Amino acid sequence: MLRTLGLLALLIPLGAGATDAASIAQQGNGKGAAPCMACHGPDGGGNSATGFPRLAGLDAAYLKQQLDDFASGARANPVMQPNASALSEDERAALAKYYSALPLPARLATPPAAKPDADGERLAARGDWSRDLPACVQCHAPGGVGVGANFPPLAGQPAAYIASQLRAWQQGTRHNDPLQLMQHVAKQLTPQEIDAVAGWFAAQPLPARGNGP
Amino acid sequence: MKRLPVALLATLTLAACSHPAAETPGATKPAPAASVASAPVKHPAAPAFAPPADSDIPAGPLGDEIRLGRAIFTDTPAQAHDYVGNGLSCSNCHLDAGRLANSAPLWGAWGMYPQYRKKNGHVNSFGERLQGCFRYSMNGKAPPLDSDIIVALESYAWWMSKGAPNGVKLAGAGYPKQDFKPPQPPDYARGAVVYAKDCALCHGADGQGQQVNDRNVFPPLWGPQSFNWGAGMHELDNAAAFIKANMPLSRGGTLSDQDAWDVAMYMDAHERPQDPRYAGDVAATRAKYHDTPMSLYGTTVNGHLLGSEASK
Ligand code: HEC
Ligand code: HEC
Ligand code: HEC
Ligand code: HEC
Repeated sequence: MLRTLGLLALLIPLGAGATDAASIAQQGNGKGAAPCMACHGPDGGGNSATGFPRLAGLDAAYLKQQLDDFASGARANPVMQPNASALSEDERAALAKYYSALPLPARLATPPAAKPDADGERLAARGDWSRDLPACVQCHAPGGVGVGANFPPLAGQPAAYIASQLRAWQQGTRHNDPLQLMQHVAKQLTPQEIDAVAGWFAAQPLPARGNGP
Repeated sequence: MKRLPVALLATLTLAACSHPAAETPGATKPAPAASVASAPVKHPAAPAFAPPADSDIPAGPLGDEIRLGRAIFTDTPAQAHDYVGNGLSCSNCHLDAGRLANSAPLWGAWGMYPQYRKKNGHVNSFGERLQGCFRYSMNGKAPPLDSDIIVALESYAWWMSKGAPNGVKLAGAGYPKQDFKPPQPPDYARGAVVYAKDCALCHGADGQGQQVNDRNVFPPLWGPQSFNWGAGMHELDNAAAFIKANMPLSRGGTLSDQDAWDVAMYMDAHERPQDPRYAGDVAATRAKYHDTPMSLYGTTVNGHLLGSEASK
């Protein structure tokens, strides 16, 4: 289903969609959606200081789903909900496609090393099956580069963003995940573990063409 | 085809009667620890066992061999390349690197060999049991018993089982298939619905899994890159018990018994690599090796004779 959405997005005529999306990204749509780049960066690489997520290179169907979920309230966030609600369905699809096609920002290829943390690495690479907790990389792929339309990359995301999403699932403000997979994972984690695992993923290098087949 | 499920249920009940021992009490939860010395009762609770932590693997040459065994177990195509014919790793079916209860953990197997196996009609050493997994589950060929691969896997299993009683069936050993019966005969069409809802997200609508950089992140459940028609997972009781206890990943125990059986049947009613013991035609192979209601090999499901288009 998500795959089909992805295909549909690809079928949108290049010219019109691309132009609209680029101009909304830079200037907003004049109907309440702010310029995306103000927060997500001119290169779509996000902002590690503020914890605004990277969008560049993420799967188009995933991005579209998130924008739809902000608009419908399935994913609650005071900053993004008004922006997503002010976009038309077509604009959301065009922006998803635009950001997924942006090249991976070079500045994310070699992130500053995190202070080594055995807990973070253990959770990421081995999990803790005594709590029904698989390794994060079993779903987010080795290195956290992401898999297809359903499993977004964690590498190249700011630590503050990763941690905020895990807390959002714990608190129930984000509850749009398929099969409640992330709600279940997040509820097992202690605050210390959230910071440790977020730091580990944020420090993973981002290979060119990491996400997708 | 319509008649198969009924026959299946009937024989299931028969099979259950010929194996009266109910060793695993619950479908998903291991039994509470029981004192090994307690007075014999009719159905004693199986004792529990917790394997040592990876960080307890010793230093030195023996430790190196144990670590090599772990690496082979978790990344089999790369570490045992010459003996593997698909993209699977041992740990895809024996979760948490062979440590997880109810996913046929190595510590539940080690002390139960040598063992007589109906599958090949003689007493098997632990090493020979491992060889079988390479031949069928990995659709490959058996590494020699004295090869580094088998010795490293044996070292890993031995280390993980340190302190476990010898020759005693432990709680959480094997897949929890004792007394695990479908409320109604499993059904392909219902299984397809369960598959789309609970499995396709990861294993793909076409069952071929999902790969990143040519490596499985989510393993294929059927087709040329999956386990072959001789593997234990192609039998419905093994598959249903594994799925009920362990799938969807991280949400084990959440499917109903019926859903687990239905989706196991759906999965095992797809083509996969040929049984390496293929006896010339499908009917003869079924008669010789698959004469059980737990195998759909050689039966017709949805108008297709299973095994007739198996690859290789
Ligand atoms: C004022 C800052 C701001 C602006 C402007 C903004 N965003 Fe966001 N965006 C955020 C924040 C903060 C989040 C994280 C929300 C959360 O925690 O759930 C986010 C999250 C997202 C996500 C989810 C990413 C993921 O990995 O799940 C998408 C998609 C997105 N924004 C797209 C856009 C688009 C398209 C625009 C322009 C129309 C835009 N944003 C404008 C701040 C902003
Ligand atoms: C069983 C599979 C599974 C496991 C294990 C898993 N995740 Fe996820 N994760 C998902 C899915 C599915 C999504 C997408 C949710 C959605 O579509 O809203 C996701 C999304 C996320 C996101 C949001 C990314 C974004 O761009 O907004 C973060 C952060 C995250 N996971 C962190 C983790 C961490 C850390 C771990 C390990 C402690 C982990 N995940 C383990 C399945 C999993
Ligand atoms: C496709 C899934 C699958 C894969 C891959 C797989 N196995 Fe198995 N394994 C099974 C099944 C099913 C059984 C049989 C359980 C039963 O009959 O109760 C089994 C049984 C075993 C047993 C005996 C367990 C016991 O309690 O007696 C061992 C040991 C074992 N496997 C080791 C391995 C090794 C080593 C590998 C990799 C070379 C491997 N397996 C790969 C599915 C798999
Ligand atoms: C969140 C992702 C996810 C979902 C959903 C999921 N699986 Fe799995 N499955 C996996 C992963 C990952 C493995 C390998 C486990 C490992 O290596 O630790 C696996 C392994 C398996 C295996 C053994 C390996 C093989 O290729 O044969 C079977 C059988 C299986 N799953 C069946 C199912 C069925 C049936 C469902 C639906 C009820 C399902 N899975 C749902 C992720 C998933």
